[in-house]
Amino acid sequence: MAHLISALILLPLVGALFMSIARESHARGIALGFNALTAIAAFLLWRNFDTAAAGLQLMERHAWIPTIGAEYLVGIDGLSLLLVFLTSLVFPFAFFAQRTGRGFCALMLLMQSALFGTFTAQNFILWFLFYEMSLIPAFLLIKIWGGANRDRAATKFFVYTFLGSVAMLLSFLGIYLAKGTFDFAALAELGKTGLLTGKMAWLAFGGIFLGLAVKVPLFPFHTWLPDAYESAPTGVSMVLTGVLSKMGVSGFVRLLLPLFPHEIKILGPWLLALAVCSIVLASLAAWAQSDLKRMIAYLSINHLGYCMLGLFAVTASATRPLAEMQAALSGVFMQIFNHGITAAALFYYVGLLEQRRGLRGLNDFGGLMQCAPLLCGWMSVAMFSSLGLPGLNGFIGEFLIFKGSFALAPWPTALATLGLLFTAIVFLRAMQALFSGPLTASCNAFPDLKRSEKWIVVPVTLLMFALGIAPQFAFNIFNATVIQMARLFA
Amino acid sequence: MISWIVSNLWLIPAVPLASALLILAPANSWHRTAAGLAIVGQIAALALAVMAFLPTLEAPGWRSFHNFSWFTFGEHALRIGWVLDPLAAAMLLMITFVGLWIFVFSIGYMAGDKNFTRFFAYLSFFSAAMLGVVISNSLLLLFVCWELVGLASYLLIGFWIHKPSAAAAAKKAFITTRIGDLGLFLGILWLYGSSGTLLFYDGGNGCLEKAGLLALGASATFIALLIFSGAAGKSGQFPLHVWLPDAMEGPTPVSALIHAATMVAAGVFLVARVYPLFSLGAINGMTPSLSVVVWIGVITALMAALIALAQADIKRILAYSTVSQLGLMMVSLGVGGVAAGIMHLLAHGFFKALLFLGSGSVIHGCHEEQDIRKMGGLRRLMPVTFFTYAIGMMTLSGVPLLFSGAWTKEEILHATEQWPRSQMPYYLMMAGVVLTALYMTRQMIYVFFGNRRAAAEHAHESSPVMTVPLMMLAACSIVLSVVLTPAWSWLHDYLLGEQVHFEIERLIQPMFFVSAALVAAGIGLGILIYRKDGETDPFARTLPALFRFLENKMWLDELYAHTVIAAARIAARIADFMDRYFWDGLVRAVGGIGQIFGMFSANFDERGINARVDGGASGTRGLGRFLSARHSGQIQTYLGAVAVGMLMLLLLYAWLT
Repeated sequence: MAHLISALILLPLVGALFMSIARESHARGIALGFNALTAIAAFLLWRNFDTAAAGLQLMERHAWIPTIGAEYLVGIDGLSLLLVFLTSLVFPFAFFAQRTGRGFCALMLLMQSALFGTFTAQNFILWFLFYEMSLIPAFLLIKIWGGANRDRAATKFFVYTFLGSVAMLLSFLGIYLAKGTFDFAALAELGKTGLLTGKMAWLAFGGIFLGLAVKVPLFPFHTWLPDAYESAPTGVSMVLTGVLSKMGVSGFVRLLLPLFPHEIKILGPWLLALAVCSIVLASLAAWAQSDLKRMIAYLSINHLGYCMLGLFAVTASATRPLAEMQAALSGVFMQIFNHGITAAALFYYVGLLEQRRGLRGLNDFGGLMQCAPLLCGWMSVAMFSSLGLPGLNGFIGEFLIFKGSFALAPWPTALATLGLLFTAIVFLRAMQALFSGPLTASCNAFPDLKRSEKWIVVPVTLLMFALGIAPQFAFNIFNATVIQMARLFA
Repeated sequence: MISWIVSNLWLIPAVPLASALLILAPANSWHRTAAGLAIVGQIAALALAVMAFLPTLEAPGWRSFHNFSWFTFGEHALRIGWVLDPLAAAMLLMITFVGLWIFVFSIGYMAGDKNFTRFFAYLSFFSAAMLGVVISNSLLLLFVCWELVGLASYLLIGFWIHKPSAAAAAKKAFITTRIGDLGLFLGILWLYGSSGTLLFYDGGNGCLEKAGLLALGASATFIALLIFSGAAGKSGQFPLHVWLPDAMEGPTPVSALIHAATMVAAGVFLVARVYPLFSLGAINGMTPSLSVVVWIGVITALMAALIALAQADIKRILAYSTVSQLGLMMVSLGVGGVAAGIMHLLAHGFFKALLFLGSGSVIHGCHEEQDIRKMGGLRRLMPVTFFTYAIGMMTLSGVPLLFSGAWTKEEILHATEQWPRSQMPYYLMMAGVVLTALYMTRQMIYVFFGNRRAAAEHAHESSPVMTVPLMMLAACSIVLSVVLTPAWSWLHDYLLGEQVHFEIERLIQPMFFVSAALVAAGIGLGILIYRKDGETDPFARTLPALFRFLENKMWLDELYAHTVIAAARIAARIADFMDRYFWDGLVRAVGGIGQIFGMFSANFDERGINARVDGGASGTRGLGRFLSARHSGQIQTYLGAVAVGMLMLLLLYAWLT
């Protein structure tokens, strides 16, 4: 079990290489097979993971390029494990969402490998390598298999994110020159007393902030996202929102917040304002969309905004009672997972609608409840989950984020509740337009859920209920990490 | 036995929930089984509610709770639980009992609907959520069930989903109540932050107990007001009442169950449940938060009663009547008459369900006509419906002695009169009582008396499955009086946890005569005005402007549409516009600058560097070519060149020397 994490990273990579000799028609089956293997690896990882212990576990360390401080250093804590689970769940879900060929599967597997790497790497150079490695398949997947505006959207996505990455790389080079290490744990330790001083600190902070803010994305660095999600094929949209966006959030948790406590405290009100803008303006913008994918894309920004609100409230506020910090952090982690599941499901359903109708505008449907009650019913569950209805998964994370943030930063949090209202409006408006009213002629031959689709929808929905009703099993994964991080930030 | 029912109180909502899930499982197939499952679930819940009721009789003010940890985040357990006390027990009984008869009525009313099974699943789900609200011992658990109640209401209002108006009404209900719920949510966060617990009762550490309240201090006022905004949304209080009349788009049993008897009462219940937060630091029984409750209640009660006077839809009249009565209950809570408010809530549950079901019977009999101006003379065609409706009408109006509503109304008036701050609410509530009697008389005359108009021609009495529930609820409306009179104010003392005494001389209080006079005035005025069978409403004839104002619901919907909603829509457009053109414009500008720089550097490369290098290269090549042409291998040329060279050297030498 010593090399479990490496196995996890390598398995999809092997799968991607395997595609070169596979038959076109077998591609998806093989990809799912490799996903089953990674799922087993993730399961074993969990079995070998001591949830009661804080800190990194199952570490693997090998010298790589010692002269520049690059090491092969991987390990997991509760957050990493959560993200590994999320990745292992969303990818098969995405593969089920559409029929695909070899090239598509190979790129998806490559991206999966990169994501596992990003979530487990504990050395900046290694992390950065994986981080960039995920970008290229995403770019190609949008560019080759995307919808109408794919070229533009793919280029915008790539250049924007890459620009952020470059800024981040420069910042880390600066840090390395000053401190001589790329090890996250060591850097976090140094961060407590201030990593850099003067202008250097602000430059480094700015570079890393830019890179991560683009990735999450945080308002106003978000404009690549609606285009990219809209143009990407269904499966890729699911992965982009479900998992890739979490690279940014976990990047904030691992890189920015521990390394620059001083800078964040100074900029606190501004950062909170950005988070609130993400929440409120994105949900408002979602209201104005008529393309379903664009609408969900904007709501993704809104939901990740809640994560950023929680994180900034924890690190930027003046007084920091531990209980509230733990509440906010737990909420953020739950939200990371919940949003991954729910947003992926929403894109999946929109994919189903698009497959059946050929269009995906809000006004291209009407009265679907009469011809496809099951599809409408299950899709409504995902929508209600996304708008934070209690009893479903979305509520738990949002409640804890708001609970913690309200005590730490009351005014921004109070403003952010507007996002909850607008999200509800957006979804109810969508449900009204899609499901109710008289059946439109163009949807006359609209088939309900097929058996194969039910097999996918039911487990995902059950997971939403499980997380909403008895979420303890999820909290167990990261409780120790939450306690440790709250101490670190206090 | 006692400990068993307290620790298993969750079974009461769980049973209807299980029925709902069972009904949904074999989607749309077994009609009879669906209704059967729902009713069996409701009967089981009623039986459990009775079991839960018995221990609360043991001692005045009996209360027991059961708390447990829902989940642990970080080092903290989030605890929730359920509580059994007179308030909860009384609500449980009312909801399960009234609910049961509404379920039975629905069998007849929904018989022809193709989504019959789904309807019963939703009804059971609603019942489960509502029972959950009542037994919650944690504001968080209450909020969870509260939102599920909202979901059930959304599903049931929009049940006839093919009707665009129903879908719109459902959306409006959910969003309007969610606006109030945002306040409630903030109140929960604030309360949680400052008292450290959301449990109501926790052996002295709950947020409604001494230690918890002490921790709150001055913030209690704000928390109470935030919680009240949630209650106002759910209970249709001004200015969030606009969803309730539209919610009548749902099937009539839904209106009876959700929008009369139970759900809308949840707001009143919530205020009663967290009353210690409202009354914290009260001087003379008054706090700023309670004063807000009083005034909002007064405004709601009067406004809705006035609007009811000008409505023509039989269900809308009842809907506004509900809004008005809820306002009355809020006033009662606000002035300190908690028991009176809850008593009215319980009695209202019975008689308003009766009235709604009666209106359902009328609508059914008149072939889905809802306009009272098209009915008339139904009392002979639908005798049972008429008789029970009349009982409901008299209970709602507050006809003295026999009817439960009269006693509760009397007590509310009494409590309002005692309010030290101002007598104004008392006078306004007196006007409200007159108006209530007036609009109900108007409705009775239009529907059941006079000539038969278009829709009443072929009206018929409903089947027993619909009339038996009417009779049961009518009987309850009367029988309930027994525990409400001042002579033996059992319910009042039960709710407040006081010892009950029987004193017959207390039966007739001065307020009895005031109340009786007001009701008589209202009914008399009604008969006087509406007795003549007219084409147009006499009120519309005499005061057309005012009538139109009320008929159009004071144009509040239009006001909201043109202010708040329009502003929000514009904000959404602006957000989208800013995104597309400003923020993305900035990105594109940066990209453009990059592109210009790229073109510039490409140009510089091409023309500046590359052209020079190319020039240099071609120059060298030309020179080479020139030189190689000179290397012809002919001696004569070489010698010639040598001679020229020598000559030039000699000339140079001569010039230098």
